[in-house]
Amino acid sequence: MTTSEATDRQVQAISSDEDVVRVRQLVRTAAVAAKLSLVDQTKVVTAASELARNTLVYGGGGSAEVCRVLNGSRHGVRIVFTDSGPGIADVELALTDGYTSGTGMGLGLSGARRLVDEFHLDTAVGAGTTVAVVKWAR
Amino acid sequence: MDRLPILKIGSVLLVSIQIDMQDQMALQLQEDLGQRIVDTGCKGVIIDITGLDIVDSFVGRTLSTIASISRVLDAETIVVGMRPAVAITLVELGLSLEGIRTALNVERGLELLARSTEPDTADDLELFGDPETASS
Ligand SMILES: Nc1ncnc2c1ncn2[C@@H]1O[C@H](COP(=O)(O)OP(=O)(O)OP(=O)(O)O)[C@@H](O)[C@H]1O
Ligand SMILES: [Mg+2]
Repeated sequence: MTTSEATDRQVQAISSDEDVVRVRQLVRTAAVAAKLSLVDQTKVVTAASELARNTLVYGGGGSAEVCRVLNGSRHGVRIVFTDSGPGIADVELALTDGYTSGTGMGLGLSGARRLVDEFHLDTAVGAGTTVAVVKWAR
Repeated sequence: MDRLPILKIGSVLLVSIQIDMQDQMALQLQEDLGQRIVDTGCKGVIIDITGLDIVDSFVGRTLSTIASISRVLDAETIVVGMRPAVAITLVELGLSLEGIRTALNVERGLELLARSTEPDTADDLELFGDPETASS
């Protein structure tokens, strides 16, 4: 991940549908504060919604850390989703459009990656999953 | 949990989504709409998403499912009012909104429904030849 200063750090637990809504709202607020364009706000909030739902559904719950980042004069939003669920055995497969182990469309993870500027997935079977994303203002 | 109100306007059911729905609420809407279609015999459903600032895979899937359910119940669903930023994001997310008809706004949606549910008036409308609404 790009070295950058982080400010306005907020942590939201994810253990229900309502928490997924709260994550969306926190990310929206941070994206507005970082002066992202309306389209970029929409993209990062949508990506966050997908990742928060995965944290809830597959990770068995966890948390999202939302902060604003500054790299030189560039503003952005960073969100880190963490769970201590089952982890992902085959990351490449999980990132394939259309792959789902559940009842979804298998677009969340791969789609979220397309919607952000930086995407880092860390996972270990039995130990959980961390997904960190950044969206920069243009 | 709150439910979204479903309005009946003539022979059309109208739902206007104004809030950031949690997943359970979207599922409830799916169920409620199916029931209302059966209860009212309405042939058209308009879902206004002007108030939605994002459509993620869950909401997208719910809209597709609503469209399928209503088709099976002999009604047509039209999703109206999608914001441009939402449309751009949907495409990049990879969501195709399969089987969903869309229109710019409620008015256009009603026009579409009028034409597809009342074949007799369809020809009359064609006569006026409005190029913006004449596409199928
Ligand atoms: N946090 C996680 N922990 C464990 N497995 C995960 C996690 N996130 C994703 N996965 C796995 O990756 C798969 C793909 O995820 P993705 O979000 O792309 O699709 P989905 O959630 O199944 O469907 P959709 O998001 O389109 O509704 C999931 O089906 C699941 O098996
Ligand atoms: Mg998902």
